This record gives sequence, structure tokens and C-alpha cells, in this order.
Amino acid sequence: MQSRAASASLNRIDSGKEHSVILTNTETVPGKRVVEHLGLVQGSTVRAKHVGRDFMAGLKNIVGGELKGYTELLEDARNQAIMRMAEQARAIGADAVLNIRLSTSTITAGAAELLAYGTAVKLGEADHAG
Amino acid sequence: MPADVSTVVNIGGFFFLLMLGWMAGRVNERRHYRRIVARERGLAGILVFSDRLLPTGTPATDGHLVLGSVVVAQDYFKMVAAALRNLFGGRLRAYESLLDRGRREAVLRMKEHARQDGADAVFNVKFVTSRIGVGIEVVAYGTAVRLGQG
Repeated sequence: MQSRAASASLNRIDSGKEHSVILTNTETVPGKRVVEHLGLVQGSTVRAKHVGRDFMAGLKNIVGGELKGYTELLEDARNQAIMRMAEQARAIGADAVLNIRLSTSTITAGAAELLAYGTAVKLGEADHAG
Repeated sequence: MPADVSTVVNIGGFFFLLMLGWMAGRVNERRHYRRIVARERGLAGILVFSDRLLPTGTPATDGHLVLGSVVVAQDYFKMVAAALRNLFGGRLRAYESLLDRGRREAVLRMKEHARQDGADAVFNVKFVTSRIGVGIEVVAYGTAVRLGQG
């Protein structure tokens, strides 16, 4: 349930229909011009594994292949980190977050930190000079 | 006597898991590769670049972040084989194929998201790989764009 909610919100931020924060990992936004840099914004979350999922993953580990429980868990967590970053950007009046980077680190056995960071900027329309 | 029985059970269980892992793992890997190849063909129209920027003068609109991620694990047989191989060092083929599957799967999922959003290309693609418990997680991310004048 949570997974779908999180990705739905991420898509909303992406499409820029409801929220105006554009997210990219390039240094520019096509068709736009950066008019002001607002600095670094970041979002992170630490997640631990669920015992039930862990047990299933243990079984799956015998035959190999995708551990879907973990894929979903981390996807949710990463979406949340990205949303927190976007939230921070919105709070300081940014139109977009550029140059986004993601990183994952194992904090202790069974827990991972997902981090997203980027540069918050204000955008203007590009001049048609090219 | 009970000690002998438990030894037999332990060793038997180990070989059972080894056999099960070997057979199921092979089947799983082959199936996965078949799926990967078929989907790669289907998504060949979405162009993927590791270039930081679009070539100058390329008209594009609607840039936004797209992600694809997957957690994949080794089967029991390969895990044991790799642990043995690790004693002597050298190439761990078992892990090479695991990472290859993970990366290709992550790229495919990223491309699927890009297609859903109506994008034609993904730029500045980056990978993040990390160890998650018994498996590895691979994330591919980049900026999806629609080519041509909006």
C-alpha cells in the first residue's frame, strides 16, 4: 500500500502537474534556464528489514533470483528520500532540483540508509539563442 | 547415536540445498536472461546515454528523473562455489553474471518508467550498487527527456 502511495507521489512531483518542483540529474533542464542557485538540498531515510520479508528472502536465497520484498522496500525508501529532498526544495522556493545523486549505505546489519541530494534552483524560460 | 544422526541430517541437508540451488538457480538464471533479452528488444526505441548533456542543439522538453532498481540474490550452490573460489582468489564468474543481470534489469525498469512517462531518451545514466543482506541492489537513474520541440 505504502509503496504505491509513495511512487504515485513521486510521479506527481516528476510530472510537475500538481507540484512545481522538477527533478533531474543533469545540470540543466531542457527548455529552461537557471536564474538562481539556492544551494544543496537533501533527503534521507533509514530502513530496516521486516522479519517476514527477511524469512522469505532467506528461502528465495536458496534458489537465487530477485528478492521482490527487498526491491519494494528499497524503492519505497528511496522514493521517500527523494520526496523529502523535493519538499526541502519547495520550502526554500525552488522550481527544480538539478544534478541529483543517490547513494545507499549499509548502516548496521539489516538496515540501510538511502540518500538523495541535489542543487535547488530557480528557473526561467530559455532564450531561443540556442 | 543421536550425534551421528544429526551429522547425517546436517550433511544431507547441506547437499540437498546445494543440489536444489544448483538446479533451480540455473533455471532461474536462464529464464531471467530470456526475459531480459526479450524486454531489451522491446525497449530498444528508448535511447539511453551516459552522457552528461544532450548534444548541443538537440531540442528536448520535459526533463525529469527516472529510476529503476532491483535486488537480486545468488543461489545457494553459487554462493558456496564463490566462497570456495574466494579462498584462492581470481575471477568470481558467479558474481559477474549476478551483477550483469542486476544492471540490465535495473536499466530495463528505468526505461519502462521513461516509456510510461512518454519519454524518448534517458541522459546522464548512473548506477549505484550496494550489498543488501544476502543479495545486491542495483539502481539505475537518469534524466528522461522527450526529444523534439514540445
